[in-house]
Amino acid sequence: MNNNPYIAEKAKLIRITPETAIDSTFTIAWDKPVKPGQFLEISIPGAGEAPISISDFNDGELSMTIRKVGRVTGALFDMKEGDTLFARGPYGNGFEYNYYAGTNLKIIAGGTGLAPVKNLIKTFMEPRYVNSLEVLLGFKTPEDILFKNEVLSWVESATAILTVDNGNYDWKGNSGLITQYIPQLDLNKPQDCVCIVVGPPVMIKFVLADLLTRDVPRENIWVSFERNMSCGIGKCGHCKIDNTYICLDGPVFRLPDTMKLID
Amino acid sequence: MGYSLSKDQFNSLLDALKKSYTVYGPAVDPDKGNYSDTDRITYKKINSFDDLVLDMKTYFSPKEIVYPVREPLFHFSDGSFFVPHIDEKKIAILLRPCDINGFDRLDTVFLKNGPEEDFYYKRRRKNIRFFMIECAEGFDNCWCVSMNANRTDMYDVAFRFGKEILADVKNEEFIPYLVGFPQTEVDIQFIEKNSIEVKVPEIGSISPESFDLEMWNEYTSRCIACGRCNTSCITCSCFTVQDVACGTEGRMAERRRRWAGCQLNGFTDMAGGHSYRSKNGEKMRFKTMHKINDFHRRFGKHQCVGCGRCDDVCPQYISFARCINTLSEVVAERGKNEQ
Ligand SMILES: Cc1cc2nc3c(=O)[nH]c(=O)nc-3n(C[C@H](O)[C@H](O)[C@H](O)COP(=O)(O)OP(=O)(O)OC[C@H]3O[C@@H](n4cnc5c(N)ncnc54)[C@H](O)[C@@H]3O)c2cc1C
Ligand code: SF4
Ligand code: SF4
Ligand code: FES
Repeated sequence: MNNNPYIAEKAKLIRITPETAIDSTFTIAWDKPVKPGQFLEISIPGAGEAPISISDFNDGELSMTIRKVGRVTGALFDMKEGDTLFARGPYGNGFEYNYYAGTNLKIIAGGTGLAPVKNLIKTFMEPRYVNSLEVLLGFKTPEDILFKNEVLSWVESATAILTVDNGNYDWKGNSGLITQYIPQLDLNKPQDCVCIVVGPPVMIKFVLADLLTRDVPRENIWVSFERNMSCGIGKCGHCKIDNTYICLDGPVFRLPDTMKLID
Repeated sequence: MGYSLSKDQFNSLLDALKKSYTVYGPAVDPDKGNYSDTDRITYKKINSFDDLVLDMKTYFSPKEIVYPVREPLFHFSDGSFFVPHIDEKKIAILLRPCDINGFDRLDTVFLKNGPEEDFYYKRRRKNIRFFMIECAEGFDNCWCVSMNANRTDMYDVAFRFGKEILADVKNEEFIPYLVGFPQTEVDIQFIEKNSIEVKVPEIGSISPESFDLEMWNEYTSRCIACGRCNTSCITCSCFTVQDVACGTEGRMAERRRRWAGCQLNGFTDMAGGHSYRSKNGEKMRFKTMHKINDFHRRFGKHQCVGCGRCDDVCPQYISFARCINTLSEVVAERGKNEQ
């Protein structure tokens, strides 16, 4: 039945790692090739299907960091390690390593936006891939920080700047909106910088506006889109904006290609 | 190959076809009309010439014969998927050129958009044959000519239903059914002028400003997002996938898809309460752009085939034809001011 793209494959749930009160990372057994920024359609029969970004992968394992918001994600949170779920994909274009290799790369991620670029950050922390890498991460509160141990190690090694909108009295790190920390990135030669921006729509909007005032060329900026999706394969129409299907042509776009996308 | 048939001979043709084909055509659904004691013209199985309604347009398009309103994708039981079988009998549909072109637009999305073919559409579509009804006069509310959808050669047999019935057979599969009937020259005609003309804005003349026009606001107050324009349209292809669990332990379930539409609320809802195009005028704008601009930019032909059903069915008397014309005027006016 491999000519039927709606049939999902069984995937064994190897590990569930709680990240925050409402987000957990689900690691499944997976051996098909994937790229960072791509997504899977994850399903639990009886509950339904949902598109979920791939946050990490290696050695026959694939991780997704999922927020409990509804039917499918709720059913996922009821599963235990060793259970079987269903997956099809990968779908979407994803981030193409070639575009970023050798550049001065800045990755700016807000909230769950970190998930689709986590593997990319890990890959590019290998100095031989990029010329330089700076990561700027923003979360609502210290409790919302995903991949906390890894993120703190990135901060320690001075690869990442981390901020929370609202700190609490225990919080010793930065606080304030992510845009306040853009000046700490090295954007002195904006022409030589490539920026990847991922996060909720408002955050993307303000970060982009800021980067453009700093003369980062539009064509050096990349964003990832999220839309309601049902099929993931260009048939159901939910994700379409103008003549673009986010599930097929995205979710990763170069900024000039998004200027004409009007919802 | 051309043939000439009497009505009785047409009926014997239908009888002969019956063994291998189910024939669908426009017919009366008694008392199903929008007002009490009125009939609805719709697509039904045809057994004889007298079942056919040729002087009125159908309310719904024939798309649901190939793409049902609700379709099970598979049943799931104890870890395995079962794809339901369908009746593999071939189907011949009596339909007009606009609807054949409409099927071409459905083929485009289901079979040519992206690397995957839609398994469910394809397995029904491959059994479909088109019996084109010659349409040289159209109905009051059609604009197929403006959409370049008045002609097609994508038919298997074309019929002219006049005093005698003429058949132009293109697909050899049907020759055995017609040999024996008198042969004649059949020169199938296509309509060249509708009573409604629509001026579609030139591709490229739509700019970001066209999304902000005052005209869209009018539809926010008039359109009630009932989605009838989507369900009656031969070219609307959108759907939503959903699961239905049977039994308590979730071990048995059905995954199915059902029609969805950009004119309905909820089509773009996202987790976290975000949604796009929440105003009905924005939905109208999205639909309009898709039908007469965006689809063309992606696939090189307009999606709308001008069948006019959206106008026939709208409870708010919104005219899509007028909407397209207004857009053209506004866009042309702007173009002039900019020069
Ligand atoms: C490309 C892509 C990547 C994504 N990656 C992640 C990820 O890594 N982690 C994560 O937690 N979430 C991710 N999402 C969002 C996730 O798909 C939705 O949260 C999920 O569909 C909700 O499913 P549900 O059945 O649990 O919720 P539902 O019970 O369906 O509904 C909860 C709410 O979400 C809305 N909704 C339904 N379907 C979608 C949809 N496909 N997209 C957005 N909203 C929807 C509903 O309208 C409702 O408002 C991603 C979405 C996309 C399109
Ligand atoms: S948009 Fe209206 S006129 Fe065009 S194909 Fe659909 S129903 Fe027919
Ligand atoms: S049929 Fe008319 S009222 Fe209903 S959604 Fe379409 S345009 Fe709006
Ligand atoms: S998700 Fe169905 S068309 Fe993109």
